[in-house]
Amino acid sequence: MVRYFKPVVFLACLGPLGLLVWRGLHGGLGANPIEFITHSTGDWTLIFLLVTLSITPLRKITHFYWLISFRRMLGLYAFFYGFLHLTTYVWLDKFFDVHEMLKDIAKRKFITAGMTAFALMIPLAVTSTKWAIRKLGKRWQALHRLIYFSAAAGVIHYIWLVKADLKKPLEYAAVLAVLILYRLTIWIASFSARTTKAHSAQTESVVTAK
Amino acid sequence: MRIDSGVPMLIKKAEDIRSSEITPKRLYVNRRQFLAGAAATGVAVAGGSRLREALAPSMTALAGNKINGIKKSQFSTTETITPAKDVTHYNNYYEFSTEKDEPAELAKNFRTRPWKVKIEGAIEKKLELDVDEIIKMASPEERIYRHRCVEGWSIVVPWIGFSLSELITRVKPTSKAKYVEFTTLMDMTQMPGQRRQVLEWPYVEGLRMDEAMHPLALLCFGMYGEELPNQDGAPLRIILPWKYGFKSAKAIVKIKFTEKEPLNSWQLSAPREYGFYANVNPNVDHPRWSQAKERRLGEFLKRPTLMFNGYDQVASLYSGMDLRKNF
Repeated sequence: MVRYFKPVVFLACLGPLGLLVWRGLHGGLGANPIEFITHSTGDWTLIFLLVTLSITPLRKITHFYWLISFRRMLGLYAFFYGFLHLTTYVWLDKFFDVHEMLKDIAKRKFITAGMTAFALMIPLAVTSTKWAIRKLGKRWQALHRLIYFSAAAGVIHYIWLVKADLKKPLEYAAVLAVLILYRLTIWIASFSARTTKAHSAQTESVVTAK
Repeated sequence: MRIDSGVPMLIKKAEDIRSSEITPKRLYVNRRQFLAGAAATGVAVAGGSRLREALAPSMTALAGNKINGIKKSQFSTTETITPAKDVTHYNNYYEFSTEKDEPAELAKNFRTRPWKVKIEGAIEKKLELDVDEIIKMASPEERIYRHRCVEGWSIVVPWIGFSLSELITRVKPTSKAKYVEFTTLMDMTQMPGQRRQVLEWPYVEGLRMDEAMHPLALLCFGMYGEELPNQDGAPLRIILPWKYGFKSAKAIVKIKFTEKEPLNSWQLSAPREYGFYANVNPNVDHPRWSQAKERRLGEFLKRPTLMFNGYDQVASLYSGMDLRKNF
């Protein structure tokens, strides 16, 4: 069943890009096409990051464990749209002027945040293969926790770049906060479960010792 | 079971495959339609209302009334005029929306008549004029001005109006009048963006008296040969081509002559980023982005920003002023 869904999801994820291309060919990018493309690719990067982060909570709540098989694809699409967003900036905004870009990264906080968010996705994309998962073992899980920091940096990038209207950036922040809170709750709950186990084991040993 | 090669071959028996893994016959037979449908749904969901908009592209023609007797102006530039379609569908008009493509739709039913403008403060006599009385004060001119947004994009628009000084001299300001303050309409029923405090409403802008009296400062009520479209600031606005676009207040309902410098809305919102003067200046960056270059809509490459947006004739207004401090 999942096997049939995968190509469907793959195609659907290309939808935003396809729509951009279609609009580009039909004059639907508005008066400032480069700004439109920058905003659109930025939005989709964040959307895919948040969707990727919601797979595990969804799995646990719905018991649709097969959702996990889509997580890598969605994560890589976040990287893909992030790459498109970065390319738009590097090429269409800065015209490959490295000096200007370095000045931007150093001086303009929101660019620093954006670059950080993208940089953090690179090791994740590189280690997304089955080979890397096997090779890294336990360390893979630890490394891939970077996605939280990437998503956070992305949200901060958005907050720091808007002129006055914080509505959309804060909406993304709220979703990210919920997803992180969910993880924290699970983590704290597992921690106290372990402690309870340890205590009951201790009590047992005291009882048996008597 | 063995084959001649000596490698054991695994043949899966029917019961190895769970019945839940068997594709329903209906789905299998219609799999191609299913895939196409799912993909289309995905795109439609992703595109949403934007797809609708893309399929019915924006109108080119302005719907306003034609203005007669327009004179040409010596202040007009010969640069390429931005297409009206862009100027009417790319608007920073937060009273309606913070999305640039929304004011065109949201301002469709905005009522621009009857429209009264209060003129008060340090003048001979307090007035309340009908906008059509104001429009008749002087003959309309076409002023093709460069218009530079603080965000870093620019356009060239054939505005219609006359020098603000025409109105000012007629209302006879007293010696106490050092500044002019402009206030935009406050009406949450017509302007949905005002229901949120994105900026403090109503929108306020201001000029020093000598800036307001400069021939370049335009009292504007039309563009492209017609009355202003609603999303472009109808029925009455000011245009200050040497300043960032946010200074050119729209939908004016009050003009007040004051002794103290007005606190304009963007300065109130972010004093470190937006000042009172807001003169176009490639040497003074916005704290968060550079002002050295701009994107002229319709052009691919960015062009260098000019001091005072190329209107050097205003330089004398600021001689001796530190424009880094007075940004």
